[in-house]
Amino acid sequence: MSSNKKYWKSVEELNENSSIVEALQQNEFVEEIPTDEFLGDKEALESSSTSRRDFLKYVGFSTAAASLAACEGPVIKSIPYVVQPNEIIPGVANYYATTIANGYDFASVLVKTREGRPIKIENNTDAATKGIANARVNASVLGLYDNLRVKSPMKGETAISWETFMSETTSKLNGLSDGKAIVFLTQSLPSPSTNKLIADFKSKYGNVSHVAYDAISESAALDAYEAKYGTRGMANYDFSKAKTIVSVGADFLGDWQGGGFDSGYAAKRIPDHGKMSRHIQFESNMSLSGANADKRVPLTPTQQKLALAKLYSEVTGNSAGGTKLPEGLDVAVKAAAKELSLAGSNAVVVTGIQDVNAQTVVLEINTYLNSKAFDPKTTIKTRQGNDKAVMQLVSDMNAGKVGAIIMNGVNPMYTLPNTSDFAKGLKQTDLSVAFSMKQDETSTNCQYIAATPHYLESWGDVEMKTGHYSMMQPTIRPLFDTKQFQDVLLAWNENSSSYRDYLKSVWTADILNGASYNKAVQDGVFVSTTLDAEILVEPSSETNEENAIETPSGNAARALVSSARGGAMELSLYTKTGMGDGQQANNPWLQEFPDPITRTTWDNYLTISQADADRLELKNWNVANGGLNGSYVDVTVNDATISNVPVIIQPGQAKGSVGLSFGYGRTAGLKPEMQTGVNAYPLYQNFNRAQDVTITKTTGDHEFACTQLHNTLMGRGDIIKETNLEIFNTYNREDKEHGWNKVPVVSLNHNPVKVTEPEVDLWDSFDRSVGHHFNLSIDLNACTGCGACVIACHAENNVPVVGKAEVRRSRDMHWLRIDRYYSSEDSFEGDNEKKHNISGLNSSLSEFGEMESPADNPQVAFQPVMCQHCNHAPCETVCPVAATVHGRQGQNQMAYNRCVGTRYCANNCPYKVRRFNWFLYSQNDEFDYYMNDDLGRMVLNPDVVVRSRGVMEKCSMCIQKTQKTILDAKRDGREVKDGEFQTACSAACGNGAMVFGDVNDKHSKIAELKEDDRMYHLLESVGTKPNVIYQTKVRNTSKA
Amino acid sequence: MKKSYQSLEDNSTNNMKQVIYRNLTSKILHLGFILLLTFSTSLTAQEGDPVNGKALYNANCAACHKLDKPMTGPALRNIEARLADEQGLDKAWLSAWIRNSSALIKSGDAYANKIFKGYNGVAMTPYPGFTDQDISDILAYTALPKPVPPAPVPGAEVADQASGGVSNNLILGALAVLFGLLAMALILVKRTLNRFAEAKGIEAISDAKSTPIWKAFVQNQFLVLVTAIFFLLASGYFVYGYFMQVGVDQGYEPVQPIHYSHRIHAGDNGIDCKYCHSSARVSKHSGIPPLNVCMNCHKSISEVAPETLAEGKEYGVDYDAEIQKLYEAVGWDGTGYTGESQPVKWIRIHNLPDFAYFNHSQHVMVGGVECQTCHGPVEEMEVMYQHAPLTMGWCINCHRETNVKVKDNDYYTKIHEELSKKYGVDQLTVAQMGGLECGKCHY
Repeated sequence: MSSNKKYWKSVEELNENSSIVEALQQNEFVEEIPTDEFLGDKEALESSSTSRRDFLKYVGFSTAAASLAACEGPVIKSIPYVVQPNEIIPGVANYYATTIANGYDFASVLVKTREGRPIKIENNTDAATKGIANARVNASVLGLYDNLRVKSPMKGETAISWETFMSETTSKLNGLSDGKAIVFLTQSLPSPSTNKLIADFKSKYGNVSHVAYDAISESAALDAYEAKYGTRGMANYDFSKAKTIVSVGADFLGDWQGGGFDSGYAAKRIPDHGKMSRHIQFESNMSLSGANADKRVPLTPTQQKLALAKLYSEVTGNSAGGTKLPEGLDVAVKAAAKELSLAGSNAVVVTGIQDVNAQTVVLEINTYLNSKAFDPKTTIKTRQGNDKAVMQLVSDMNAGKVGAIIMNGVNPMYTLPNTSDFAKGLKQTDLSVAFSMKQDETSTNCQYIAATPHYLESWGDVEMKTGHYSMMQPTIRPLFDTKQFQDVLLAWNENSSSYRDYLKSVWTADILNGASYNKAVQDGVFVSTTLDAEILVEPSSETNEENAIETPSGNAARALVSSARGGAMELSLYTKTGMGDGQQANNPWLQEFPDPITRTTWDNYLTISQADADRLELKNWNVANGGLNGSYVDVTVNDATISNVPVIIQPGQAKGSVGLSFGYGRTAGLKPEMQTGVNAYPLYQNFNRAQDVTITKTTGDHEFACTQLHNTLMGRGDIIKETNLEIFNTYNREDKEHGWNKVPVVSLNHNPVKVTEPEVDLWDSFDRSVGHHFNLSIDLNACTGCGACVIACHAENNVPVVGKAEVRRSRDMHWLRIDRYYSSEDSFEGDNEKKHNISGLNSSLSEFGEMESPADNPQVAFQPVMCQHCNHAPCETVCPVAATVHGRQGQNQMAYNRCVGTRYCANNCPYKVRRFNWFLYSQNDEFDYYMNDDLGRMVLNPDVVVRSRGVMEKCSMCIQKTQKTILDAKRDGREVKDGEFQTACSAACGNGAMVFGDVNDKHSKIAELKEDDRMYHLLESVGTKPNVIYQTKVRNTSKA
Repeated sequence: MKKSYQSLEDNSTNNMKQVIYRNLTSKILHLGFILLLTFSTSLTAQEGDPVNGKALYNANCAACHKLDKPMTGPALRNIEARLADEQGLDKAWLSAWIRNSSALIKSGDAYANKIFKGYNGVAMTPYPGFTDQDISDILAYTALPKPVPPAPVPGAEVADQASGGVSNNLILGALAVLFGLLAMALILVKRTLNRFAEAKGIEAISDAKSTPIWKAFVQNQFLVLVTAIFFLLASGYFVYGYFMQVGVDQGYEPVQPIHYSHRIHAGDNGIDCKYCHSSARVSKHSGIPPLNVCMNCHKSISEVAPETLAEGKEYGVDYDAEIQKLYEAVGWDGTGYTGESQPVKWIRIHNLPDFAYFNHSQHVMVGGVECQTCHGPVEEMEVMYQHAPLTMGWCINCHRETNVKVKDNDYYTKIHEELSKKYGVDQLTVAQMGGLECGKCHY
């Protein structure tokens, strides 16, 4: 019996009189397809000579031609040396020790060269002088191959020869009218030989002055130290000797006082016999240091001054005057002071407040505590700038007192707040010369540009710390027609020797004290042996005196309190880990480097607290494609206004304060792609990073390129495991109630079974006990999030730069990312608790929603994530062409030429570490970064393939490096020693957070770490058995 | 006497030719010379043995002296006679000079000082160990007259070649004409016969009209199907074959900017491959030798022996001109470097794709693989060509078949012991050691 039921496809059908139904019965579409729009345009159709047939013919022909052309192999030429240098063997890397000293970053480094080309910066582990190579230093090698470098000396816009340059400048220098001074405006130059050269110059030309200028000034610290100890330098701290660290606004894991303190800090952050250092941070912006602190107190710059004064009076017992702080802060400061007093000489206080009194107060507290971490015998010399002298220079120039200005390594037309004054002054000089690598803001305003070589092409020397000398040697012959500042100085001094010889003579005479010069060049560092004897005499007596007699007067603290006045809204200017002071703005690696805190690339922005944002109606929101958008504001300090600054709401930003970073908004000497962000220097008035500010909302949305969309962990504790020191010391990791690193369990036949047991495993295990088995351990305690590993990975593995638009589409190619998580409660434990208490009924959804937004003052955790090299890898199972397979040595291997680009693997990867080449990123004008010009491609690592479009790529665990280590051992006929195996990231990590090695070598460090109680695998419950292991983060907080 | 010396030179050529098996007739001819030579050399032995002299000369003197051209030291052809004639110096002086020239110079001897200064004050290496007989031998060798390159018999060779070519063509032509004539004759015969038959009224018996073969074939569907399948398979086979050889350049033998003969260097002269390709020991690249390596020898070797030159003609190469190309590139004017050099743009023969990592030192030093295993009989190649297909299958096969060389290598001791136990074998192949993993060559 047939049914009479009427089936209908849309409600419309029920309407019997519907015209649509009728129309649809006759036609496929209700309305006529608008083909007429182009077919009706007879004129256009007729004028086009290409018929459909022609079109098909063209397509057919070009396809055939292309495939035929592909069958013919190209003729490849090989051009050997005419005379091969002894030290170069094609295919074998050479390493040279040298030093970067660009005025902002100072570090002893090793440079890896291949066939004479520097391709990578590594740590000079012999140099105990100062820190490790940070992200910017790692990226600096790309600056050598910058196509926009000045390629010969220039007079205005025209290129001239060095002979012309020398004769013209010399005659101008000699012809200066009396009373007009010659001024050197240089970066901080702690270089003994250069200073000697300038002294020579002074004695030859007479009226000469030398002004050191730091784009981001540490003048207050220098003045305070000079006033107290008589020498101009910065206090030397060694955080590995401190058990309690209190920082008031000092981002000492960032660029505070030149940076480089992180390895000492990290050494004490790994719990050793139940002990680790305690770190309390008072700050307004969320900085790296604040993110790593055990306790972080957000407060405005004005409150920082008061807090420091209060801290001083609490520790020393000296009254500092009326320090009125809100109650919560008051308690926090008192607690910190108590901890300091308890720790005594094991404590240290640092501050980043740009105020001589604040810096003096800190020195006084540290001497009062007799802090072991503070070494008054030696000073750090990497900042020498003098604010007053720079200001004086600008007014002198405008008064016509300066005849000639010679600039080296500075860009005042970009970094000064009052650039127009400087420009006016520049016009009144008879001679202005800029030694520069770029046609930047300053050099284009000068009469002459003296093209300087990159530091990898230069000779030089740096005394970073009293008695610690570093040597700079060229690693490649100058690429362009450039001359060093020092060589030109020599010529002006009519000294016929080259700077190289001059340097050698200075070192032999003044520094080496009989030690071998060649060895100093080879090592890249030299520590003066006379140091102890010399230095011990003067300052030690002084400090003894202080300890014995002086109880600090408290004058500085009182002055500090009286200067603490701030408006309703205060701005804290800061530097970003990636961009620093902005001199490497044309470096695409650094532009695409995600900021460790905001995870945003290609931008700077105003960071603001949620409360203030609500008040000003500023918003951040995610749009459909996942990108982050934000409102714009105008930022005004006194009479200077920057308009259209994008806003990012920053958890942990102190209410009443905003942050804005330097280093962006440059336009001269940069590719258009790199001209990002806004220039914050006009707000840097009086060289003070804290300013009163007015913020007004403007219209428009800003599109950010942010690499992390989700900010909190939502209580998923198996991603970042975290505990506190007390629990860590008291309970077993598997303790029923307080277990802090439990292996997840699953239910098998209603019995809980650990996921590591074979019976609940989907995969069959292989025997990996023979040969090498590589593991990488990442210690979440030692990782400060500095990002040096990210750039090192970029350089080692030819990771492409994709640009802002692509990053916004989540197509960034970083093989190694550093995830940053905020807690939504005050602590991550709070998150866990809240998640457990969500009932699953009624309000659950909104409660989950709440967990997505970070707390006002969240705890922060960093977690480097790269391919986890799972022994039971989900990606391998789904690859239809077996392009990704597992090696016996534990590496998940990726055969690019086999990959057909289905992206199944990326979808099946629980860690989301696979990266797809959506485009061809090399030799493609759409991606005009370093891989698009011949010069930039010189930085590529010849041992690693440059991937093409349509293939998947990911971390290889630096298989090219492990294979090389193995081959070296084979060739020497020996076993591989522990510590020989390294990946790019583990070698770049000077904090000891990343340890790489062979777990089958039972005596290795990695084997020990794998058995550590803190060890866990990322998403262990998935059962992937990764070869990357993490060490549980332990915070030194007494309260859970 | 003259005749016998001539044959001495030829003798050496002859030996060379024997190695390379070429030109049988000249070989037989030269055999006769050998007989003459052995006879004649014994005659001259009392004065000095030029054969031994040549050996001594090549071992000790040739680095700085040439017979006919001054080099680091003066030219030495007929030195004894020339000294006696021009300077009046006897053999005793010469012996003293050879044994210790600097002593002679110090003694204030005028001519010795003149020579010393004339050659940039470079003192000659003393040879105190030379016996009188040694010196006599060397002098005997230097006293040999300059060999006249074997007068080419013009015409003979040409005629030889021509005759071969012409005769073949002639025979072929004649055959073609003959065949044409035959065909014509047959047609004519048939036509005449037909005419006869017509004239006599005889009806020629013709076959019953049958379907032509192609029609029959088309009608037989089975056959059509089989042929179609056959053609499909065959074309599939050839298409596959064609595509599989795309990018495989086995036998690639490009013309190089300088005709460099591996046959002469590695074969005849027996120079070790790694003398020039030294980076094969330590690097992933074997390295194309820089020109300064060539000049280690070619400072002294500006022209080849006449016989070698003659051999070169067979390949259409003038070796001397090729050496001149080297000098031009490296900027050598015969006595010193001019400083004007031009790198040589060699054409690369062995091109692995960029996505394949290959390391020479791994194979040559660790694995102990002979260069010839992959590069073929290089010592026989006048022009270098690609011997192996360099395909992945070829690599893999070798990795499957080759045992790891573990002897005396501490790196392998532990791993080999454990792995071989696991696999139950005595000797592990590269594949068992993990040499088939993708990531070992692709990263």
